[in-house]
Amino acid sequence: MTMTNPVRRLTQGCFSYLPDLTDKEISLQIEYGLNKGYAWSVEYTDDPHPRNTYWEMFGAPMFDLKDAAGVLMELQNCRKTFPDYYIRLMAFDSTRGVESIVMSFIVNRPKNEPGFGLARQETHGRTMRYTVHSYATDRPETERGSR
Amino acid sequence: MEKAVEGVIKDAKKRYSAGVLKYRQMGYWDADYVPKETDTLCLFRITPQEGVDPIEAAAAVAGESSTATWTVVWTDRLTACDSYRAKAYKVEPVPNSPGQYFAWVAYDIILFEEGSIANMTASLIGNVFSFKPLKAARLEDMRIPVAYVKTFKGPPCGLIVERERLDKFGRPLLGATTKPKLGLSGRNYGRVVYEGLKGGLDFMKDDENINSQPFMHWRDRFLNVMDAVNKASAATGEVKGSYLNITGATVEDMYERAEFAKELGSVVIMVDLIVGWSTIQSMSNWCRKNDMILHMHRAGHGTYTRQKNHGISFRVIAKWLRLAGVDHLHTGTAVGKLEGDPMTVQGVYNVCRDSYTKTDLPRGLFFDQDWADLRKVMPVASGGIHAGQMHQLLDMFGDDVIMQFGGGTIGHPGGIQAGAVANRVALEVMVKARNEGRDIKNEGPEILRQAAKWCSPLQQALDTWGEISFNYASTDTSDYAVTASASA
Repeated sequence: MTMTNPVRRLTQGCFSYLPDLTDKEISLQIEYGLNKGYAWSVEYTDDPHPRNTYWEMFGAPMFDLKDAAGVLMELQNCRKTFPDYYIRLMAFDSTRGVESIVMSFIVNRPKNEPGFGLARQETHGRTMRYTVHSYATDRPETERGSR
Repeated sequence: MEKAVEGVIKDAKKRYSAGVLKYRQMGYWDADYVPKETDTLCLFRITPQEGVDPIEAAAAVAGESSTATWTVVWTDRLTACDSYRAKAYKVEPVPNSPGQYFAWVAYDIILFEEGSIANMTASLIGNVFSFKPLKAARLEDMRIPVAYVKTFKGPPCGLIVERERLDKFGRPLLGATTKPKLGLSGRNYGRVVYEGLKGGLDFMKDDENINSQPFMHWRDRFLNVMDAVNKASAATGEVKGSYLNITGATVEDMYERAEFAKELGSVVIMVDLIVGWSTIQSMSNWCRKNDMILHMHRAGHGTYTRQKNHGISFRVIAKWLRLAGVDHLHTGTAVGKLEGDPMTVQGVYNVCRDSYTKTDLPRGLFFDQDWADLRKVMPVASGGIHAGQMHQLLDMFGDDVIMQFGGGTIGHPGGIQAGAVANRVALEVMVKARNEGRDIKNEGPEILRQAAKWCSPLQQALDTWGEISFNYASTDTSDYAVTASASA
């Protein structure tokens, strides 16, 4: 089962149109962020709905971790724990006037990416109400993913 | 200027006796004036008529853009007139431009209504640009004091909140203008939007002259576009948008269109610059109230920004628009089909995105500007750019920019989706390479060629447009002397 977009997968994050980054390549991105003073965070979910803002945090952002190998180790722990989940790395910049996420890319995906359906509700005139539905959430939470 | 000039007439009786005085005698020139923190400072480029003394011309600019009329009026004496007079305080010849002078003018904070671009501009560019003793005048740059900045609400979202809403971080955003600009039916138009977004773009865009013409009424466009946007969002799992141009004949029409865009769930609406300042500020307020991103297309600006001797520089327009409150602003590409000297364009990007803009003469920035935490505007690079220029664009503009490849997406030989893929792959591969520490300015073409080996749409894009460039001399470049005193 694949999605129908040209890269046949979820395209969130900075590098979804590229071949999966190797751990070495991921380390280079982590280092880039650390050199800029960002704090890295590992987050995971099985529901990548475009409006699902709050993925689960695999621990708090690593404000004091300045070593790319340490960040990568956290990612590897997360992969071990949640191998069939989406996992993303996010970098936080605390600079006044930014104070937000400044890098984000997916570093782990489930074997199957079920994608989304579009539900249309016809209302007045030709006006339509749209709901993007995450197929991954069709089953109860306790029966999803591999823990 | 070195030579001694007639100064202000101090004796009140003489000063206010009926008749005509020189502007500098009336108090509009003060070489010793020290601008206050709360003053608005303007730098004008003026071309006095033959025989008109540049200092008198500068004083006239100060006078005509504040309280003066052509003759003495006794009613001045009913007012604290000295504080209402703008003061020209410095005049210098423009380097390498015979007959042209830079004139610095200071305006007291009492002169302008709080939070009103319309009021401020009615003074600064109201009468003075038609003033006969000047052949030409241009407002080159200005410093808006923090005290006045804080009376404006600024961008309804700003680029930080926009990224949080869209869930897109660490890379420029990608867009395309739906083409052809005119003639597509609503249904055909939505097709182009769907293909572009599903292929990998973040945004599609109405063009500036798409409103509600016979071939496609605005409701048809909005309905079809939003179907395309939602379908593409489901196909990719990303938030997508298409700038719905709500520009119309009346403000009431615009509100109606904005409401419908909201009802359909659009994340963004669009307004053309030609609607005017009050309308822009009204639409900005509406966007704040309705969680909407406001895209500004600078339609028409070239009529007054492009020629160096007369008009208003675009950096000034950008400052006004940041205060007025827009989230996106077309600011040029430097490498594309439209006017734009790279340094001058970068200066405008700074105006949009800085927390504090530093004086930078090569980039046309004559003043420090403290933005007092006003939200930042996302600049838009649009007009004749293609995937083969990705390294130049990323190197020049960084991450906080929307790159719009209209023809460069829709004109792709493999179709619109392939065009979008080519642009997205080129973008991601370049961001990745830059972050890895590679010198993308020089290695860029090679990085693209390598990616094209596994991405045939990118190969096709490079084959089609790789050699296209628009190398014409820019008309709007910064004039400065290396030794010129930088600030007020």
